[in-house]
Amino acid sequence: MSERVPFPVTEEMLRAERKTLRRRSFMKSSMVQLTLVRFREFIREPEAVFWTFIFPILLAAGLGIAFRQRAPDKVQVGVVSSASGSAALVQSLTKDSSLVVKTYDDSAAALALRTGKVALLVVPGSAKDSVHYVYDRGRSDAVSARVLVDRAVQSGAGRVDPVRASDSYVTEAGSRYIDFLVPGLLGMNLMGSSIWGLGFAIVTARSKKLLKRLMATPMSRVQYLLSFLCSRLVFLILEVGTLLGFGHWAFGVPLRGSLVTLFLIAVLGAVSFGGLGLLTASRARTTEAVSGIMNFIMLPMWIFSGVFFSSANFPGAVQPYIKLLPLTALNDALRANMLEGASFAAVSPQILVILVWGVVSFFAALKLFRWR
Amino acid sequence: MMTQAALSTPALRVQGLRKAYSDVVAVDGLDLQVDAGECFGLLGPNGAGKTTTIEICEGLLAADSGDVEVLGKRWETDEKDLRELLGIQLQDTQLSEKLTVDETLTLFQSFYRDARDIGEVIDQIELGEKRHSRVGGLSGGQKQRLAIACALVGNPQLLFLDEPTTGLDPVSRRQLWVLISKFQAEGKTIVLTTHYMEEAERLCDRVAIVDHGKVIAMGTPRELIDAVDVSNLPPPEPRKTSATLEDVFVSLTGRGLDDE
Repeated sequence: MSERVPFPVTEEMLRAERKTLRRRSFMKSSMVQLTLVRFREFIREPEAVFWTFIFPILLAAGLGIAFRQRAPDKVQVGVVSSASGSAALVQSLTKDSSLVVKTYDDSAAALALRTGKVALLVVPGSAKDSVHYVYDRGRSDAVSARVLVDRAVQSGAGRVDPVRASDSYVTEAGSRYIDFLVPGLLGMNLMGSSIWGLGFAIVTARSKKLLKRLMATPMSRVQYLLSFLCSRLVFLILEVGTLLGFGHWAFGVPLRGSLVTLFLIAVLGAVSFGGLGLLTASRARTTEAVSGIMNFIMLPMWIFSGVFFSSANFPGAVQPYIKLLPLTALNDALRANMLEGASFAAVSPQILVILVWGVVSFFAALKLFRWR
Repeated sequence: MMTQAALSTPALRVQGLRKAYSDVVAVDGLDLQVDAGECFGLLGPNGAGKTTTIEICEGLLAADSGDVEVLGKRWETDEKDLRELLGIQLQDTQLSEKLTVDETLTLFQSFYRDARDIGEVIDQIELGEKRHSRVGGLSGGQKQRLAIACALVGNPQLLFLDEPTTGLDPVSRRQLWVLISKFQAEGKTIVLTTHYMEEAERLCDRVAIVDHGKVIAMGTPRELIDAVDVSNLPPPEPRKTSATLEDVFVSLTGRGLDDE
């Protein structure tokens, strides 16, 4: 019996152990080790890397190309050929390069208009020097076709414009769809990778009983949760860098504000959504359950927070609520910085919204978290 | 310096432990005492309450009532110190498959004030060749040895092992037995659950047989075996040879361990 170790361990022994802790190198500290685990688990999951870094770029490229600025489409118009004088009309109209002219007999003309093949029908009048237009006044392309066709008809008949006009064409960087889109995608990506990244990692650890195993060690719970936020910060630099770099290089998306401010907004956004991610993952026992919760949280923001189209499209009555969503605040702040060059102070209302969401959800997560 | 008081402090003392889940009473007034330096086995069929008992002792579950003292300390007041002194292996933990053996142990090492050297622990569990392999690529036996290494790396005084060898092949099982015996040879305490009688006879100084949340017999394996009258075993068990722990269980409960 005598060679056995005595219990309990004395205070002197514990104090000596605390000294060894202070001597332990920075890299071996639990905070650094927990954060390194987050990196390793992420980098060794090729799918996660794809969805975080490659997918937003593909999305930006696809949408940027689909909605790029183009010369206006040509307007399709039909001329009813049965009436006399139609040949002269066709001749006048084809002179205008913005019109595509087709001739139809009576019944085919009606069908072409009804099925939208042509925006407007030109019917030569029964009286000499008269013309009749048939079109839907509710279609804006039909209304502009009316203007174009009438101009061609009148000048074909010999009208001379009293004022000579000339045009020069410009495209303003910052006003295009891609300029609206890239800050929105950045915000959406910061939300998605925070909530998905944290949600799945934590719930997987819980369902595999790894969380319970860690609870059986002296590990600090706050450090465990903070390690997720720390790792988000590092990946954030890469996420923001790749997406903005691509937008700027491929589409010339402007970066008018200070890059430091932009980065700060992105950091606050990512950490705030990190808090929301922890809250999302705080109770769920299975990845299926947490997927549902994550979609429930993110779907309204994809729709309302102005990722792909402006949130101003929604009725005025719901605007105050939309403005309180964290993604709306983040997107507005990112756009103000990138497109208008707004300072940090100018976006402080949005920053406040982001911070409140982050702090409240982090502490709520800490309180609600199911550790076993 | 070893005082008489320190020597007499049991490594684990459990009194009147009770724990009910919504549909079933898992532990129903259980008493235990494990001395320092002992290897103590909790035996019983699945559902007997072994895991619930051990998890309450590990401070991972709260008891409904009863008294638990670990290394002379209590979970309510000394959780921080106790976590430093215990090594725990849970029945169904899956360690992160994407980390290597070395990374996993370095993580666990970082939580403890007085941790052991990683290389030394890896040598002890004979995973030197796999040190830089991913956990996902290890065999069942290797994973289980790693789980025990995670329990050992904090330099514990008391080791809790919940069915450490379940599902392992005979070679892996024997490797684990050697590991456990070496830990005990350092003068430290082990509490393990098992439903392998051979394992309990081989490793444990004393065993408690648990059924329906109660201890129905306790003693050294020899004492328990000697107490059985082989001729009184229910059919088809009666025979002339000496009893085994399996026979102890059958004679106490009227059924085999695998009948659950």
